Amino acid sequence: MSSSTTHEHYYVPAQSRLPLWMAFSMFLTVFGMGGMMVDMTTGRESSSTWIFIAGFALLSFVMYTWFAQAIRENHAGLNSEQLKRSYVWGMGWFIFSEVFFFLAFFGALFYVRVFVGPWLGGEGAKGVSNYLWEGFEFTWPMMSNPDNSIFQAPQAVIGAFGLPLINTIILIASSITLTVAHHALKAEHRKQLNIWLAVTIALAVIFLFLQAMEYVHAYQDLGLTLSSGIYGSTFFLLTGFHGVHVTIGTLMLVIMLIRSLKGHFKPNDHFGFEAAAWYWHFVDVVWVIVFVVVYWF
Amino acid sequence: MTTATHDHDHDHDHHGPAKGITRWLYTTNHKDIGTMYLWFSFAMFLLGGTFAMVIRAELFQPGLQLVSPEFFNQMTTMHGLVMVFGAVMPAFVGLANWMIPMMIGAPDMALPRMNNLSFWILPFAFALLVSTLFMEGGGPNFGWTFYAPLSTTYAPPSTTYFIFAVHIMGASSIMGAINIVATILNMRAPGMTMMKMPLFVWTWLITSYLLIAVMPVLAGVVTMMLFDIHFATSFFDAAGGGSPILFQHLFWFFGHPEVYIMILPAFGIVSAIIPAFARKPLFGYSSMVYATASIAFLSFIVWGHHMFTVGIPFLGQAFFMWSTMLIAVPTGVKVFNWVTTMFRGSMTFETPMLFALAFVVLFTIGGFSGLMLAVAPVDFQYHDTYFVVAHFHYVLVPGAVFSIMAAVYYWLPKWSGRMYNETMGKVHFWLSFVGVNILFFPQHFLGLAGMPRRIPDYALQFTNFNMISSVGGFLFGLSQLLFLYIVVHTVVAGKKAPAKPWDGAEGLEWTVDSPAPYHTFSTPPKIN
Repeated sequence: MSSSTTHEHYYVPAQSRLPLWMAFSMFLTVFGMGGMMVDMTTGRESSSTWIFIAGFALLSFVMYTWFAQAIRENHAGLNSEQLKRSYVWGMGWFIFSEVFFFLAFFGALFYVRVFVGPWLGGEGAKGVSNYLWEGFEFTWPMMSNPDNSIFQAPQAVIGAFGLPLINTIILIASSITLTVAHHALKAEHRKQLNIWLAVTIALAVIFLFLQAMEYVHAYQDLGLTLSSGIYGSTFFLLTGFHGVHVTIGTLMLVIMLIRSLKGHFKPNDHFGFEAAAWYWHFVDVVWVIVFVVVYWF
Repeated sequence: MTTATHDHDHDHDHHGPAKGITRWLYTTNHKDIGTMYLWFSFAMFLLGGTFAMVIRAELFQPGLQLVSPEFFNQMTTMHGLVMVFGAVMPAFVGLANWMIPMMIGAPDMALPRMNNLSFWILPFAFALLVSTLFMEGGGPNFGWTFYAPLSTTYAPPSTTYFIFAVHIMGASSIMGAINIVATILNMRAPGMTMMKMPLFVWTWLITSYLLIAVMPVLAGVVTMMLFDIHFATSFFDAAGGGSPILFQHLFWFFGHPEVYIMILPAFGIVSAIIPAFARKPLFGYSSMVYATASIAFLSFIVWGHHMFTVGIPFLGQAFFMWSTMLIAVPTGVKVFNWVTTMFRGSMTFETPMLFALAFVVLFTIGGFSGLMLAVAPVDFQYHDTYFVVAHFHYVLVPGAVFSIMAAVYYWLPKWSGRMYNETMGKVHFWLSFVGVNILFFPQHFLGLAGMPRRIPDYALQFTNFNMISSVGGFLFGLSQLLFLYIVVHTVVAGKKAPAKPWDGAEGLEWTVDSPAPYHTFSTPPKIN
């Protein structure tokens, strides 16, 4: 069987120090972060903050080195078509796993709204739980908690058709501008690619800025906080984790812009860009769901 | 198979392993990583086993003898966590690493560096997890299912470290699973169509989907715990409009697919070993594939059967009861196929086959007790008793763990190039087989008689069965030291093994030398 023509040579990377250092830096990061939280809650004092900073710095450095090496290998022509497909599968399934991460929080939101809330309010199969906090009436958004002495209910919540609607328009627009940039890349219009990518990043930054403003408004003016009952809990964790993902996605796009300015990417070989774009569209879709089920209904 | 030529990078194909410790620290080789996974898993098996010995020693007789109730709770919790996440799952990932590339004719895993990252996260994660035992307030003490509010409001401060340990071991599992999916979908040799893949590869493909889908949900639920503990959110606190039952729904949405993650690869192993020693092809290959996929699908819609007694609505109980019983159908297909494979085969009973046969029989017992637990009205009697403990230990110990041991005996000649001592292997099998049944069978009766799980002390009438169970536990625990001895003895001083030590064995892994060369296939093998 003469297969060397039909089946490419496979590139097994040489030994690498990166995985071990990455595992170690992940450990330092979470060990430090956990320590900081325990310090905060128990009043303990420790050097956890420094461990966290050291771990996070190391993690960032290792990831930078790793991605830089992967890019160098591709430029050196070491990546076979098969390995490139492996990267594609890898990114696809990573996004699939992210979908399920959000699903846990959306699931919590639905369960609370459809089941727990009405039960606590005295309705349905488990309505008897209303005896625990008699007089509690369930509304959504929850403007009163079963026990307001522990969890301070908000005075108001953020309506859908102010900032959130603007943010929705911004994110959808950013998905469009990114697609325009992608088409420019494929058509080898480098200047247009850079411009539209920069516009996408600008929209992302505006989005994040508006989200931050909204958080300040919620905390300072509305009394809507993490501790204002399940409405605040689901609101901040869903929008917060979405915001974290937008931040990561923005970072990816910035890196893609830098790479584009350096002359990376060919019309037929730009999976780094495509992966970032997939991720961006993913956070966009999550936002639309957040807008509908968290802000609107 | 020919030696096809390549224009470049010859030294990547043909070099052997690096020298010294850095071979293991910096490796990108699927065999090295598989070996590290397997040894790590065995270390965790002994550690989790030690915790189990503490539990069985304390329960040998009623009253409090050896440990405080607080420490007992930490032992049951850590035993479960270490065995599930540290022993069984990494063992299967280690087997996947070693075998999948060889079985599909690939040179290595799809993403070799990420593969090493997936492994090296584990020692750090478990160092963090086990270190909680020495922290102020003790380690996690709320059971491996860590139900809120035990794990939030009433938890020791070390719970935060437990949460972060779960986070990074989850990241390890997701990366490992993505790697396996990419390897199977992308790296098969030409001609290795999906329906020609060995069942171990199929079961791992499906297991990987389960992992990628549910590990993030676990990450989500521990994140909610973290925020409830430190940032005053009220996910699991009804005073703020949340619910402790929400925790259970989210946990078991992860937890039920998780138990299939720990058994589907075992099905694949047994489906490789039984045909080899019955000297007949596997009966009903395609029905095995579809049965595996059906079990995986059903695993997503049955989580409520862990929660019959918390007060889910009757319609919910009925749904979860029937959907759970439905799983017996594809599982029955599997058991039927294994038995039919053996029917009129020319069978021999080497150690791997003994473990595989014990798997079929004892896993089926565990399956039947699962069926009993699935019946919602009677589950009210069994719930949280030793009957549940007996059930899931039957599917996990003579189920998952026996399949791993079968796999080790079956493929050890291929890994090490040496043959284990058959007599010692058989002694190990019989000690384990007898030990495990003495250990867990009486627990069915204890549970039916009403002995609750997770308690350090019990009423006097449970004494006899607990003593018997503990004796079985010590026997089973000690016989695993023999397993360690056998493996080390094989690797160091075993007799040379041929490329194919089992004459009925099928598959690409037997076409290469024993021990398998450091880089197996630099050109794709020919598939018939």
